[in-house]
Amino acid sequence: MTRALLIAMLLTLSAACAGPAAAERLVVSLSNHRVLVTSSFVGEDLVLFGTIEPDEGRPQPRRDYDLVVTVVGPRETMRTRRKERVLGIWVNVDAREFVRVPAYLAILSDRPVNEIANPEILRRLQVGLDNFLLPQRIGPDIADTVRDDPFRAAFVRLQQQYGLYRQSGSAVTFLTPTVFRVGVPLPANVLTGNYAVDVKLFSGGEMIARTDTALEVIKAGFEQYVAEAARDHGFFYGLVTSLMALVIGWFASVVFRRD
Amino acid sequence: MQIYLPIADLPVNVFLVLGMGLAVGFISGMFGIGGGFLMTPLLIFIGISPAVAVASVTSHIAASSCTGAITYWRKRALDMALAMMLLSAGIIGTACGVWLFTMLRALDQLDLMIGLSYVTLLTLVGGMMIHESVRAELRARKGMPATLRRPGSHNWVHGLPLKMRFKRSKIYVSAIPVWGIGFIIGFIGAILGIGGGFLLVPMLIYFLRVPTATVIGTSMILTLITMASATVMHAATNHLVDAVLALILMVGGVIGAQFGARTGQRMRGERLRLLLGLLVFAVGLRFAYALVVQPDDLFSIRHVGVG
Repeated sequence: MTRALLIAMLLTLSAACAGPAAAERLVVSLSNHRVLVTSSFVGEDLVLFGTIEPDEGRPQPRRDYDLVVTVVGPRETMRTRRKERVLGIWVNVDAREFVRVPAYLAILSDRPVNEIANPEILRRLQVGLDNFLLPQRIGPDIADTVRDDPFRAAFVRLQQQYGLYRQSGSAVTFLTPTVFRVGVPLPANVLTGNYAVDVKLFSGGEMIARTDTALEVIKAGFEQYVAEAARDHGFFYGLVTSLMALVIGWFASVVFRRD
Repeated sequence: MQIYLPIADLPVNVFLVLGMGLAVGFISGMFGIGGGFLMTPLLIFIGISPAVAVASVTSHIAASSCTGAITYWRKRALDMALAMMLLSAGIIGTACGVWLFTMLRALDQLDLMIGLSYVTLLTLVGGMMIHESVRAELRARKGMPATLRRPGSHNWVHGLPLKMRFKRSKIYVSAIPVWGIGFIIGFIGAILGIGGGFLLVPMLIYFLRVPTATVIGTSMILTLITMASATVMHAATNHLVDAVLALILMVGGVIGAQFGARTGQRMRGERLRLLLGLLVFAVGLRFAYALVVQPDDLFSIRHVGVG
């Protein structure tokens, strides 16, 4: 019901701003721009709706649209470490630092990205996990490596296992040839912060339109209160926690007193 | 029932965490140990980051040792004078431990150092306890008197100067080994993030000949003070104490500790030490196994910082 309403709204919206456009335009809307992390948060599935406004100047409207949505979460620096056997025990022998890479990265499309455009275009537009820039600290330099670099591959694989990196060639559904719907899954372990949503429209192997939107994940209510207290008033927060331990300990000994 | 933890940043099952608190609390009440060496690995296993786990466990240990200490206090099975003497040296030990921890952190092998220290300490202490209590058990079977605490029996520790009398424990020993033990416990506790009860109890029994009746209560009051101050220090410096996680653990922990303390007092001292020895030894072997066996994934990710 709400989805139908949303689509209807989008259609009227697109009809209203349909002017003399030189090319296709994208109009998108997220189901929720502000994801609240409360005590019952177990992740959330967002929905991105959108329409493609046809190019008025073309005599024959295009029908072979492909859509790629890239959701990029807050940046974080992470070390990927590799273990090796040294004197019989497993030790971290080597590590690479990935500098300011997305803590969450989703590449969602209507079919596998390598069928949408040629590798050169995909690399230039950073479409797909293999083409997204993941800068590593290599000696004094910061640069991305080839995609089959063992550290990069392991990093992407581990992040995929945690559900934080994902690439899906079936997450975009075309409801009509010009109206689409994209499911954006946010797992429970997402970081709070700003998430950028980049929507690219392809036709015939070329990108023909692009738009973006954003969402934020924030802590709310009690969760926000505790997190802020821990960050801003660490000493008092610690005192209160210790006091809580003493009171609970004392309370239990009173409740369970038998003599 | 899932609940989202505000500092650990992930949802956990309340009943699972409560159950873990209960189980570890039971063991801690029974043997007079904090149980940190069991709880921290369990929390890491369910996905909580090691730093948050270590910091939050300190407050859980404080709660279980608080309820235990009150129980022993009522039974007059607690030597406050001895605890204060141990504490005075323990604080210096903790300070040195924190300093060394910061030094080691600069190198990338802190995890390995902690793992190796756990294996060495736990298997050694566990093995010694098993050996000793089995011998005592065998002697008791043969009808020979227990040799652990003979009146007038002295070892080299008792020849040291600066003697002090601890009335509640009925011992007359030098202050030097008391300070030494306090220092070692504070030092190891700060480096490994454990209360050190499983080390303190055997040390007090074997070196100072503290009777089994007061040793557990004394260990508990010491653990309570060190862990409560560790909670404040962790919260003030690292901001990693998760109060929600700590609360769930505490509630389970104090209930478990009550039942554990009762079970422990009904058991014979040697039997209790054998069980604790087996437990400590088993955890040590588990750590050794993790070091020796090839991990499922050779790669791992460590979060350095946001931004």
